[in-house]
Order: sequence, then structure tokens, then C-alpha cells
Amino acid sequence: MVESRKVEDLHLRNLTKRFGDFVAVDDLTLTIPAGSFFALLGPSGCGKTTTLRMVAGLEDPSEGSISIGEQDVTGLRAFKRPVNTVFQSYALFPHLDIFENVAFGLRRRGVKDIKPAVESMLELVELTPMARRKPKQLSGGQQQRVAVARALINEPEVLLLDEPLGALDLKLRRQMQIELKRIQMEVGTTFVHVTHDQEEAMTMADTVAVMNEGRIEQMGAPADIYELPETVFVARFLGQSNLFVGKRESSGSDSVTVAAHGQQFTIPNSRNNAPGGDVIVGVRPEKMTIVDSGDPIPDMHDRIAGRVVDVSYTGVSTQYLVKTSWGEEITVFEQNDVVGDQSEVGDSVEVHWARDHAFGLDGTGTSADDVESAMPVV
Amino acid sequence: MRFVRRHILTVAAFIVLVYLFIPVAVVGVLSFNDPPSKYNTKWYGFSLDAWTNMCGIPGVCESFIESIKIGLISTFVATVLGTMVAFALVRYRFRGRKTTNLLIFLPMATPEVVMGSSLLALFLNMTFPLGTTTVIIAHIMFTISFVVVAVKARLQGLDPSLEEASRDLYADSRSTFQHVTFPLVAPGIAGAALLGFALSFDDFIISFFNAGTLVTFPIYVWGAAQRGIPVQVNALATLVFLVALAIVLIAQFVAWRRRKALQADMASRDADLKALSMDALSRS
Repeated sequence: MVESRKVEDLHLRNLTKRFGDFVAVDDLTLTIPAGSFFALLGPSGCGKTTTLRMVAGLEDPSEGSISIGEQDVTGLRAFKRPVNTVFQSYALFPHLDIFENVAFGLRRRGVKDIKPAVESMLELVELTPMARRKPKQLSGGQQQRVAVARALINEPEVLLLDEPLGALDLKLRRQMQIELKRIQMEVGTTFVHVTHDQEEAMTMADTVAVMNEGRIEQMGAPADIYELPETVFVARFLGQSNLFVGKRESSGSDSVTVAAHGQQFTIPNSRNNAPGGDVIVGVRPEKMTIVDSGDPIPDMHDRIAGRVVDVSYTGVSTQYLVKTSWGEEITVFEQNDVVGDQSEVGDSVEVHWARDHAFGLDGTGTSADDVESAMPVV
Repeated sequence: MRFVRRHILTVAAFIVLVYLFIPVAVVGVLSFNDPPSKYNTKWYGFSLDAWTNMCGIPGVCESFIESIKIGLISTFVATVLGTMVAFALVRYRFRGRKTTNLLIFLPMATPEVVMGSSLLALFLNMTFPLGTTTVIIAHIMFTISFVVVAVKARLQGLDPSLEEASRDLYADSRSTFQHVTFPLVAPGIAGAALLGFALSFDDFIISFFNAGTLVTFPIYVWGAAQRGIPVQVNALATLVFLVALAIVLIAQFVAWRRRKALQADMASRDADLKALSMDALSRS
């Protein structure tokens, strides 16, 4: 078994990468704590893979520096960095068997007596019986584990994973998520995981950084960013959000009231990220409840009236699309905890939510059209 | 009717194969002929003379060995140079890359008569003595194109992340080339070399222009054809064909063995998986 060692923080300072006129990574400053499972989450083209490749040394930054603990590695070539990568395509050497693939890094560094190390690594990823097979003879999930073993055997300070589960089918992906977390706990190495799959990022990582257009939009524990997104992008990329563009009407000691579309909504001050008078009110679909028009609404809840335009039954829950009087379509997830309690298309309903669950985003320069017409980003 | 429809492809394929191999078969059969005169064109009687005494006719074996020598040298040089050109074309962006790409194709497209005579004119202008050297230079020139094309195809098919993975795993450029790039491109290079040798060995037109007094095997056969081809030529040609056939068969056999091993492996893996899941089921 690989022993846990002392690992160091990974620091990125003012990291920038330009390809011609295109800025792939824009002045990124970030500290990834030693031993953490860190996810860089974002849509394709957001710069997450470029960031990873710069850390690996496969891409030279245009500006800024990368250091591990006290050691500046910015100028170091890839083969001199204490960093290893699990590639998206695994990039296993097709002409070498599994044992030799895993042994590759040790052999290049001239390590003597590699057999025990390789064998214990194969054991860690449960591939001991496959040692003498060629990569092609392994299933996708097994190849993935070889790629992890081949990187981890070098005891890197940081393990980089570039969309490592992208090529696997859903069931295998779930399995590998658990597997990777187990391996990370066992070896204690810092894992930096790049993905566009928000569910994957949230399940696996301690800390998630949501990236967009070369910048980090928000960073924190999965539950924290999900429950309290700070930007429209995060609110929409990480799960779904219903957003209402409005103006601040009054501020109380612990909450603000926002007027939007002729209605009033209340947001706790602690959940309001809008600095000025332009506020976007956000509510997660699963925080909303649908009732028939005229049914009583609990205290301290805000409400919107509308008409059901679509119902999708998904087993555990039902997803409703409700059209408001001003034409915005809002999404509501309802747990199917009562049999047969369903609204139907065309029903006049009221949607309500606890005021404590609403959040406020900076709406400066954002019109209602911007938010309402924004397609879900994936 | 149904029988015809079902077997028409087989029949057609068979006819094409017969068409392709009748000349080869005729050459092979006539290598056992025992002609009374110089003309080895029809069957007279069985004899092993040509096979037991292959070098019996003056000049046959000398020319054969000469062709092998020229083939080996020009293939070696063309393979080394062509592989380097292919790497440069695929891996680097430089001025004139597109032009080079185009120029590499030209020797393949140029009629051999034109190329042979132009080279001859060049050598004569330079008062370079014609002989083995000029033929080798000419052969390198046209085989290099084929090598470049073959190696380039292989290189382009190579996943660039393999070399990145190698760099990521502490291999410097030299080590990456030695342990990853070269082993992966080697089959392409080997194929290119075989093709290059075959092209060089049987080239007549370009060699003829630039050989001077040198006699290669194709030139010998051409000269002999004027006077009647000795049976030994048939025997040598058949021998070359058999060697080529053996190479192909061995390659096929190796590939077949590998495939079988793979299938056996897959089967055992499936069995393993089944055993595992049965185990899990019985425990739960």
C-alpha cells in the first residue's frame, strides 16, 4: 500500500494563457490545499483543461507562476515536475503491457527494484491479474484504473485528472467516482480534477471551483456554492435556478425586499450578493412548491401565480414548467411523496417558497431578457 | 438460380485471382522446364537443372546480387531520410512545409522515363561516372517519397497524448522517442522499407538509363529476353515470389496467433467476471 506522505499546497498566481487573441485562462490566482480533492468545473472552452495542462507543464503560461509549496515550477519541463496526469483518453502505451505501463515513470527515473512498487499499485487499483495484458485487452473502466495507477505510482505532489470519467458509461462512471475517492483518501495526494459534469464535481470534490471564460466565478464546498451561488453563471451552470430580475425596494435589518414584475420578493441579507439596487432574485426549483390557486400559502413564503405548461414525471420527482403572468417559464421539482397528487397541464397554480431559501445576485447591467432567454449552459 | 446468386461473388473473386496468378504460375512451371533451345516458351520436359544450378548461366547471379545490394543500400538510406522528413512534416511548422509536402509527391507522379532521362542528363552534365552509385542515388530518390507517405500516415494516426503522457512520466525527448514514439511508428517504417526494397529491386526504366555498363537483375532479364530467357531466370523469379509469399504468410500467421490469444484472454476475463458476480450474489 502506498503510504500517506506530507504533500504541499499548489499555488497558481496570476496565471494567464493566451492563444493568439484568445485568452484561455485569465489572471487566475488560486491555492489548492494539500491533500484536497479539488474540482475545476466549467463548460468546454472555459480554460479548465488549459489550466491543468499548465500545471502539468504541457503548456507554457503566458504570464504568472505555478508553485508547489515553496518550489516554483513554472519554468520546469513536464518531465521534471512532481506532478502526474490522468489523461482524458487515458493515453496508455499500446505497445506495453499493464505492468510496464505502470512501471514507465519509475523506469524513466532509474528507480531500482520496481517490482514491489508496481505490484502494490496494481493491487490498489485491483488489477493484479491483468499485469501482463495489453491495454486493448482491458475494459474502459480497467484502462482508467491503469491510467490512475501509472500516474500515482510516482507519488506526485499533485495528481491531475483531465475529464477522467468522460469516456465511461453512466453506471461505470458512478462506480469509478467512488473508486477514485477511495484511492484519494488512501494515498492522500492532492487531486485536481477537471470536469464539465457538475454532478461529478459535486459528488467527488471537497472544493469546487466553477470556471467561466478563463476566470473562476466561485469557489467553495459543493453544498455552499449550490445553496448560495454568487453569479448568474454559477446559479445556472451548477444545477438549475429560477431567476427574477428586479430592483431593491427597501432594506430591513435582516432582509431586503425586491420588486420584480410587479411583485415583491424578500431575500435574507446574508444571502444577498447584490451590492446595489439591481437585484436578481434566485430560487432553486426543488425549493419551490406548487399548490392550486387559492390554497393557503404558509407564512414567510413568497409566491408567484402561473399556469402549468409542461409536466415531466421522472419517478422520484416531477418536473413542472410554470408560465408566469409576465411570460417567464419557471421550473419546479416536486418530490413524489404523495401518490396521485399531480398538477396537470393548463392548471392555474401558485408556486411558493420559503423566503430564507431565496438568494440575491448582482443584477447590474442585466435585463430580464438576458436572464430569461439564457439557455441552460452545459 | 439461388446457387448462382449466392456464389457469384466467390466465383468472380476466384476468376480475378486466376487472372492475377496465371502469369506467376507460368513462370513457376517453366522454371522446371527442360528446353532444348534458348527459347523457354513451351513445355518440353521436367528438369531441376535451373534450380540446382541457378548460377549456371553467366551473369544471372551477379546481376541478382547486384540488385539485392542496390535494393538494401537505397532502402536503408531512403528509410532513414524519409522517416526524418515525415517527422519534420508532421511535427513541425516551418516555412515551405506545404511546398515540401507537394514536392514529395512529385517523384511518384512523374513518368519513370522522364525521371530516368533527366537524371541521366544531370549525371552526364556533371560528368559523374554511371554505375552502382548513380543507380543507388536514383533509387533513393524515388523510394524516399513512398517512405515519407507511409511513415507520415502512421505518425498522423498517433495519439499526441501518448507522447505527452511520456513526458509527464519523466521521459525527456530522447527517452520519449526511444520508448514511445519509435516503437509505435516502427511498423509503419518497416512497411515503408519493405515497399521501398520491392520498388528498388524491380525497377527497370530508371535503372536502365543510369546504369552505364552495370547490369541489374531486371536489366539482365530484359537483355536476355532479346536472345531467349534462360530457365534460371524463371527459377530466380519464382524464388523471389516464394520469399515474398513466405513473408506475407508469416505476418498473417503472427497476426492470427495474436488475435487468438486475445480472444482466449477475453473469454477468460468474461469467465472471471461471471465468477465474481456469482460470488457477489451468493454473498448478498
